[in-house]
Amino acid sequence: MKKNLLISVKLTIVMILICAVVYPFLIAGISKAAPGGGNGETITVNGKVVGYEKIGQKFTADKYFWGRPSAVEYNAAGSAGSNKGPSNPGYLQIVQDRIDSFLVHNPGVTKGEIPAELVTASGSGLDPHLSPAGAQVQVKRIAATRSISEEIVRTLVNRHIEKKGLGPSVVNVLKLNIALDQLK
Amino acid sequence: MNNEISGVILLFLLTVILAYPLGKYIANVFSGKKTLTGFLNPVERFIFRVSGINPAEPMNWKQFLKAMLTINLLWLVYGFFLLIFQDKLPMNPDGNPGQTPDLAFNTAISFLVNCNLQHYSGESGLTYFTQLFVVTFLQFVSAGTGIAVLIGLFNGLKEKTTNNLGNFWNYLVKSITRILLPLSVIVALLLAFNGTPAGFGGKDSIVTLQGDSVQVSRGPAAGMIAIKQLGTNGGGWFGVNSAHPLENPNYFTNAVETISILLIPIALVFALGFYINRKKLARVIFGVMTFLFVIFCSINIYYEMKGNPAIDKLGVAQTAGSMEGKEVRFGAAATALWSVATTSTSNGSVNGMHDSLTPISGGVVILDMMVNALYGGVGVGLLNYFIFIIIAVFISGLMVGRTPEFMGHKVEAREIKIAALVTLLSAFLIKGFTALAAYMVAHHPEIAWQVKPGAWLNNPSYHGFSEMLYEYTSANANNGSGFEGLGDNNPFWNITTGIVLILGRYLPIIAPIAIMGLLANKKFIPESPGTLRTDSGTFGMMTLAVIIIITALSYLPALALGPLAEYFSLY
Repeated sequence: MKKNLLISVKLTIVMILICAVVYPFLIAGISKAAPGGGNGETITVNGKVVGYEKIGQKFTADKYFWGRPSAVEYNAAGSAGSNKGPSNPGYLQIVQDRIDSFLVHNPGVTKGEIPAELVTASGSGLDPHLSPAGAQVQVKRIAATRSISEEIVRTLVNRHIEKKGLGPSVVNVLKLNIALDQLK
Repeated sequence: MNNEISGVILLFLLTVILAYPLGKYIANVFSGKKTLTGFLNPVERFIFRVSGINPAEPMNWKQFLKAMLTINLLWLVYGFFLLIFQDKLPMNPDGNPGQTPDLAFNTAISFLVNCNLQHYSGESGLTYFTQLFVVTFLQFVSAGTGIAVLIGLFNGLKEKTTNNLGNFWNYLVKSITRILLPLSVIVALLLAFNGTPAGFGGKDSIVTLQGDSVQVSRGPAAGMIAIKQLGTNGGGWFGVNSAHPLENPNYFTNAVETISILLIPIALVFALGFYINRKKLARVIFGVMTFLFVIFCSINIYYEMKGNPAIDKLGVAQTAGSMEGKEVRFGAAATALWSVATTSTSNGSVNGMHDSLTPISGGVVILDMMVNALYGGVGVGLLNYFIFIIIAVFISGLMVGRTPEFMGHKVEAREIKIAALVTLLSAFLIKGFTALAAYMVAHHPEIAWQVKPGAWLNNPSYHGFSEMLYEYTSANANNGSGFEGLGDNNPFWNITTGIVLILGRYLPIIAPIAIMGLLANKKFIPESPGTLRTDSGTFGMMTLAVIIIITALSYLPALALGPLAEYFSLY
C-alpha cells in the first residue's frame, strides 16, 4: 500500500509535467505558425477587427443577411443550444413566431421557401453559416432595403457559396455581409 | 443529400482502415516488440526510474487492481482541491470563480472516471490552469487507466494458466507515451491549423459589423480537444463541446474528430486478436459490435435527415433535416453519425445538441449507452463486452447441457455471479435514480432546495422524463453527454450522478479483472471437438442475442416512458 502510494505520487507529478505542461505548450508553440497565430482568425475591415471568421454574429437590421436564431444571442463569451425537445409546445410556438416575423420582414416570400435552419436555433448559438438557400431567401429583402437589383445580390451570394467535396455547402454570413457593405 | 450520406459511409470505412494497423501497433507495444516509436524507450526508462517503478514486476489480479485504485484515489483528491481553489491559482485571465464543493466533487469524479459529465460551462466554470492541470491531465490518465486494465485482461486470456496479469504501472505509462500522446499531437495540430485556438490569449473584445460589443472566449483548446476525442473522454473546452465553431471549425475537422472518437476503441478490438493471437475471435467481436453500430447509425441518420414532423406541420422547408441544435457546416447526417459514435464509445462529446434530437434518435443514443459495449470506452468497452461473453458462455453451456468453458477455463458459479451482478447493477443504478428524480419532480416540485425540482426540466412531459433518464444512463456508462436542458448544477444532481459515476466505473472494471484472475488461475482444459468455440459466428450471434435480451429486459419499460411515448405523440 505504502509502496503503491509512493509510486502514485511520483508518477502523478511526472505525468502532470508531460500532459499538462509539455504537451499544451508544445501545441501552442507550433500553432503560432497557424493562421491567426493559434488565437483564432479575425476579419479586418478598414484596419478594424470586426469579428472572428468562425464565430457567428448577431444581425438584426433588414439591410444585412441574418444568421440563424441563437440561444445565447451570439454572445461568444459563452455558448449554448436551445436544448428544446422536438415535441415541446412552447418551443413550437417560438418557431411559429420566428416564421411570422420572417414573413413580415420579407414580403413576397412564402412559408414553404423558408429553410428550417432560419427558424431553428443552432447547436452552438454561434453558427457562422447558412445554407445557400438560407441566404437566397433573403435576397429580395436585402435588394429592396438597399435599393439595388436582386440580380447583383444573388450573384454576390453565389460567389460566397463554399462548395465542399463532401458535406453541405455553406455561406459565411459575416463575410457575405462585409462584401455587401463594400458593394457601393 | 446523397453527398452527406456518402460522407458518413466514407468516414466510417476510413476509421476501420486506420484502426486495423493501429491495433497491430498497440499489440506490439504491449508485447514488447519493436515498433516505430522505439525512440521513446529512454523517456519511459526515465519515468520508471524517477517514479520507482520496476516495469517487469509481475502482479496478480488483486495487486493489479490495488495499484490502479490507489493512483485513481490520489487523482480524485488532487482534482477536487484544485477545482475548489482555482480562483486563487494562476492562469485565470477571465477571472473565473472557484467551483462549489458539490460541483468540484462531481467534476473531479467525472473526469477521473473518463466520463466528463460537465455540470459547468467551460468558458466560465474553469480556468486555463484547471483546464490543463485537472481536465487535460485526467483525460490522459483516465484513458490510460482503461487501456492498462484491458491489457491486464489480455494477459489473462493469453496464458493457459497464470496469476500474472502484468505490471499495471508499465501499461499505464506506455498507454500514454506510445498511444495517447503521439496521436493527440497529430490531431491537435490538425485542429489548430484549421482554426481551433491553441494559444494562451484570453477572452477578446470586439465590436461586430453591426456595432455590438462582444467578447469571444478562446484559450489553449486544441490539445485538450484532441485527447478528449481520442481518450473517449468527451469533456469539451467550450460549453457546447464540438458544436462550437472554434472547437470544431469545419467539415474536415469534424471528420478528424469523428474518426478520433472511434479509432482507439476499434483498434483495441483488433489489438486483442493480435495480442493473444486469436484474430478470428477479434473479427467475430468486431462483427457483432459493428452490426449493432451500423443499425443504430442508419436509424439516426434516417430520422435526423427526415426532420421533425412538428416543424413540417408549420410549413417551412425542412430539406436539410432537423436543424434545431445542429450546425449548418456539418449537416444532419454527420451529426447523426457522431451521436451514435459518441454514445457507443462512452465518449460523450457532441457536435449537435442531443436534447433536440428527434424522439427515436434520442432513444437510440440512450439505448446505445445502456449497451455501452459497441467498441465502448478505451479499454473498458471490451471489458463490458467480456461480461456479455461470460453470460453468453454460461447460457450456451446450459442450452447444450455442458459445463461452460471460455478459452480453456471452466466458468463456474462464482464467475457467473460476478458477471450477473454487474449486469444488474447498471439497470439498478439507472432506473433507481431516475425513479427518485422523477418522484421529486412529480411530488415535491416546490421543495426548498437550491434549485427546486420543479425547475429542473427544460422540456415538459415525456421529453422531460428522457432528460433525467439520459443523465443517469450517461453517468452510469461514463459517457458524459447529456440532454443538456436539464438543470444539473445543483447538489442533488452533482451528488447523485457522482455516486453513479464511481460505481459505474470501478465495479465494471473490478469485476472482469476479478473474473479473469479467477479463470486464469484454473487448470487449462485443452480444446476438444466438444468444446464450445467462442470464435465462431454462431457464438457471435449468441453474444448478440444476450446483449439484446439483457438490454431489452432491463430497459424497455424506461425507454417506453420517454422516447417511445414522445414518438407516438408526435408521429
